[in-house]
Amino acid sequence: MADLTASRTKPVAAPSARKARRMTDLRRQPGFNAMAWGCIVFLYSPIVVLIVFSFNDNRSVVRWTEFSLRWYGEAFQNKGIRNATVISLQVASVATFFATIFATLAALATTRVRAYKGQTLAYAIINQPLMVPEIVTAVSTLALFTIIKKATGVNGIGYLMLAHTVFCIPFAYMPIRARLEDMDLTMEQAGADLYATPYQVFRRITLPLLMPGVFAGAMLAFVVSLDDIIISLLVAGPGETTLPIFILGQIRRGITPEINAVSTLLLGLSLFFVILLFWITRKRK
Amino acid sequence: MAAQPDIAAAPADGLAQAQSDARARRRRWLLLAPALLTIGLFGLFPLVITLIYSFLSPGTYGGVTWEFSTNAYTQFLFERDIFDDTLAFSTTYLNIFGRSIGLALVATIGALIIGFPTAYFIASKPPEQRNIWLFLITLPFWTNLLIRTYAVLLIIRDEGIINVSLMQIGLIDRPFGMLYTDGAVFMGLIYSYLPFMVLPLYASLEKLDFRLVEAAYDLYATRFQVLRRIIIPAARPGIIAGCILVFIPGLGAYITPELLGGGKKLMIGNLIALQFGSSRNWPFGSAAALILMVVVMAALLIYVRNAGKAGVRHG
Repeated sequence: MADLTASRTKPVAAPSARKARRMTDLRRQPGFNAMAWGCIVFLYSPIVVLIVFSFNDNRSVVRWTEFSLRWYGEAFQNKGIRNATVISLQVASVATFFATIFATLAALATTRVRAYKGQTLAYAIINQPLMVPEIVTAVSTLALFTIIKKATGVNGIGYLMLAHTVFCIPFAYMPIRARLEDMDLTMEQAGADLYATPYQVFRRITLPLLMPGVFAGAMLAFVVSLDDIIISLLVAGPGETTLPIFILGQIRRGITPEINAVSTLLLGLSLFFVILLFWITRKRK
Repeated sequence: MAAQPDIAAAPADGLAQAQSDARARRRRWLLLAPALLTIGLFGLFPLVITLIYSFLSPGTYGGVTWEFSTNAYTQFLFERDIFDDTLAFSTTYLNIFGRSIGLALVATIGALIIGFPTAYFIASKPPEQRNIWLFLITLPFWTNLLIRTYAVLLIIRDEGIINVSLMQIGLIDRPFGMLYTDGAVFMGLIYSYLPFMVLPLYASLEKLDFRLVEAAYDLYATRFQVLRRIIIPAARPGIIAGCILVFIPGLGAYITPELLGGGKKLMIGNLIALQFGSSRNWPFGSAAALILMVVVMAALLIYVRNAGKAGVRHG
């Protein structure tokens, strides 16, 4: 598919002129352009096939018959999918809420300050969830939660939300910290000179300026939580099936067109947030 | 420079300064507390539990019994005979570790071969175009790994678009079994972690001074010589960083071997998950998790030292 369109859109330039330009462009290395385009085709063609065939009327994911939203309809009717979606959104919302607050506070304490003792340690701890392989985090969290559950007898979805909060913190922290580092202290100093209290300075100057970073952090945390599979798979108790867990279960049982539809929706949701995020962070430059 | 007024003011009101310093310090740690406590208690502390668990005995229905044992570690190398309780050298688990390291390494090299030209191509573009390319390369990373892996599965399976197209053209008359092979896992790993390779490579190549390339051509260097003597040495920090960033998640991969390897071609990640699942051997799973972590930490250490050195060279 991709090859077809590529050959059709090839620019029709005089071959000799093209060749001459190639020879004079000293930055070029032979074959590198093709490799870069190949890279894009490689990264996107499976996703494109998945998206296109989720709109196929036929059960087949190979032969195209007719455009239809049939599988989306069936996916919405599917009770398992609906429940899983609700659980995923609940977990992602709670985890994003706490992770973003914690990350904002931590970013305020680690940026625009003179280096202090323990700062490097604080960084290391905040980034810890990124450094440990996910499967290790998953099994060790499971071990801890099993102990807590046995000791207290308390069960519920709170554990899953807590596990998500932990790994969402570093993702929320990154854009917030970047935003803070770009803000100089002159505004806040001006505010303080005009007799604003530290609280007023924070509320009226720092926070509004920081808001794009907070939004970016929250979106990143939300996407990462929504997409998590390994930690959820091990930590989730019965009845806490998130959308990725549900999809994995379905794939193991056999491929159905509804799964393509749900996958496309989840993919679309992540893409929406990430594109929005790129757009927000781009505007400030 | 900024600290100078402080020092000048210190003798005049040293006490007030010390008090405000203490207040600032307390405020700082209060702000850090929620994040540090959450991660400390539910991110770091579980690792300690895993360490302890790896030296205990397995419980009958999962979990552990509090009996000291190093069985979890000897199990990697030896198999205990059920009848006479003797130990025989066994390579079952070593093989899984070897396979994982091998697959992650090969995928890393594959990603480097694809990623290097791509990163160079992006770096040689005008700045506005670079951002679009970088955006396109990073975008898949932020989408669901499970769904991306599933998309790969969809096209490479026997009834997938590749096999069906090849059969329609008449190149093959029966499906060419790609799914559930090492090749499929290898491809899946490259597919999943390619952005991690391109980004650091690009970061290094972006700093490359193209006047050096021009100078080399003036001195009659061939394109290959320019690549080998100028471009690749300039990209060295990026090559090391990219390789480590692909190797680490590749080594601990779970979803890729699970879906594309069909659960038969195990990697460490699957072995660990299996011990906490149906195999019900938590100590062994904990030990495997710790060994994986040690390997990853070693790789990260190389990464940090490399980043430090690169910083010194450029700064």
